[in-house]
Amino acid sequence: MAASTPVKESRRQFLATLSKVAGVAGGACLFSLGLGLYARQASALPAQALRPPGALVEDAFLAACLRCGLCVHGCPYDMLKLASPGTPVATGTPYFTARDKPCEMCEDIPCVAACPSGALDRSLKDIGKARMGLAALVDQENCLNFLGLRCDVCYRVCPVIDKAITLENLHNPRSDRHALLLPTVHSEHCTGCGKCERACVLPEAAIKIYPIKLAKGSLPDHYRKSWEEKAAHGGSLIGEQIQLPVRGMEGTPPAPAQPTLDSTWKP
Amino acid sequence: MEKASAAPGNTTDAVVPAPTFFARLRWGKWLLLRRMSQAGILGLFLLGPWFGIWIVTGNLSSSMTLGVLPLTDPLLIMQSWAAGYMPYQDALIGVAIVVAFYLLVGGRVFCSWVCPVNPITDAAAALRRKLGIKGGRAPAASTRYWLLGSLLVTAFVTGNMVWEFVNPVSMLHRGLIFGMGFGWLVVLGIFLYDLLVASRGWCGHLCPMGATYALLNRTAVPRVSAAKRAACDDCMDCFTVCPEPQVIRPALKGDGSPLIKDPECTNCGRCIEVCALDVFRFTTRFSASTHRRTTS
Repeated sequence: MAASTPVKESRRQFLATLSKVAGVAGGACLFSLGLGLYARQASALPAQALRPPGALVEDAFLAACLRCGLCVHGCPYDMLKLASPGTPVATGTPYFTARDKPCEMCEDIPCVAACPSGALDRSLKDIGKARMGLAALVDQENCLNFLGLRCDVCYRVCPVIDKAITLENLHNPRSDRHALLLPTVHSEHCTGCGKCERACVLPEAAIKIYPIKLAKGSLPDHYRKSWEEKAAHGGSLIGEQIQLPVRGMEGTPPAPAQPTLDSTWKP
Repeated sequence: MEKASAAPGNTTDAVVPAPTFFARLRWGKWLLLRRMSQAGILGLFLLGPWFGIWIVTGNLSSSMTLGVLPLTDPLLIMQSWAAGYMPYQDALIGVAIVVAFYLLVGGRVFCSWVCPVNPITDAAAALRRKLGIKGGRAPAASTRYWLLGSLLVTAFVTGNMVWEFVNPVSMLHRGLIFGMGFGWLVVLGIFLYDLLVASRGWCGHLCPMGATYALLNRTAVPRVSAAKRAACDDCMDCFTVCPEPQVIRPALKGDGSPLIKDPECTNCGRCIEVCALDVFRFTTRFSASTHRRTTS
């Protein structure tokens, strides 16, 4: 019996150590679990916070960005910020706000060159191919051009003028003798630099940059545009169509041309 | 001598002379050097944003010196790997240089000579001693390793560098350079935790960054040796100031080597300068002469 005492002692000691280690390990794991949940929540990027050019898609970006700020230093226009604790962007990651300071679209893309980890992808060689976001003219009620004025500021400041933003000429039904020149964004060319949002003369910009995911819809894969298919194949894919008469309208004279302008109109 | 001969009956006064400036300097030589190192490194980072002199850019997480020397923190890269990303060569060269350097000088030299949180926890420890705050609840010293492991697992599961959302070390250093925001609250939290809840709680028990650097602390060439341990009069001054007091005992009181080889020793040198009997000194891990017990 005397021989079993040290065994019991060591077992007691072993169990005590085990419970202590389990406590520490459990505490650390619980904390990390909570941290993981917090990180998921804190990773939601607000729509106004835009990543620098060449940024990987957000999930990969958060795994790659070292939060070092070398891109912030690399930017000659000082428009990038590192998120400090308390701002609703993942702590320490770079972002910019188009309305404050948009991207100047440097041709040598120094922010991307400065990134040591590749969170800003160096395969981006042409700044015109950057997709920091996508401009969207969200407020058609207050956009001055939609109201019939010739503001055009967003169109004029666009670094990809006449490609990323065009002015679409429409008849103005309000005056009946003027045009509406509507700023229209084309996602094929828009880099999301934010110059249009920055320049919008309204107190709150009518045109804004959004993450592409938010700003852009998508067609189902099986949709084809007849005019594109025609252009690609040099003719309609379904051949000549039979022209059917409109039943019951035989003998009706054609509709009159444009209505005449109202001569009493005053600007 | 002149004074003693002028007033021979008053010899006891001569025993406690007022410490001269240089005597005080010697008292805190390592501490002074350490603070200079911490301030100097932080200063190099701040020269750019404050005065436009760009010698070092970035922060402790990853930096570039004079456009040629990349340096990257190992824990950042470990998190990036765990989250499923392989960084560019620049960052990998940076981490290789950092790892090689700390394998040579001792990983936890980062903690006591570089880390910006160290002056804060040192201040908390000093104030704790001054106010005589005792007790509290310190978690087990192994907590930091469990934390390190579990946060890497969490990074793997979430694909996100989770620790960087709260890491007070990178948060403080980045904050000083790029703007603190509410980061001050985290720093204040650590100060109060070390002051009121757990003695040396953050650096000595919780910080996973320190744990990472401790993993690089097993091959350090410079080491503190209790070379004249026979002279020790058990005043406990070294234990009081040491941020990792458990590392002293085996070297000071054991029968083996007087070298402090414990991987938690931060090579801060505080024990050297507080010891009135000059028991400790910096030496190298290869120093053979110190292996013999010196007699007084």
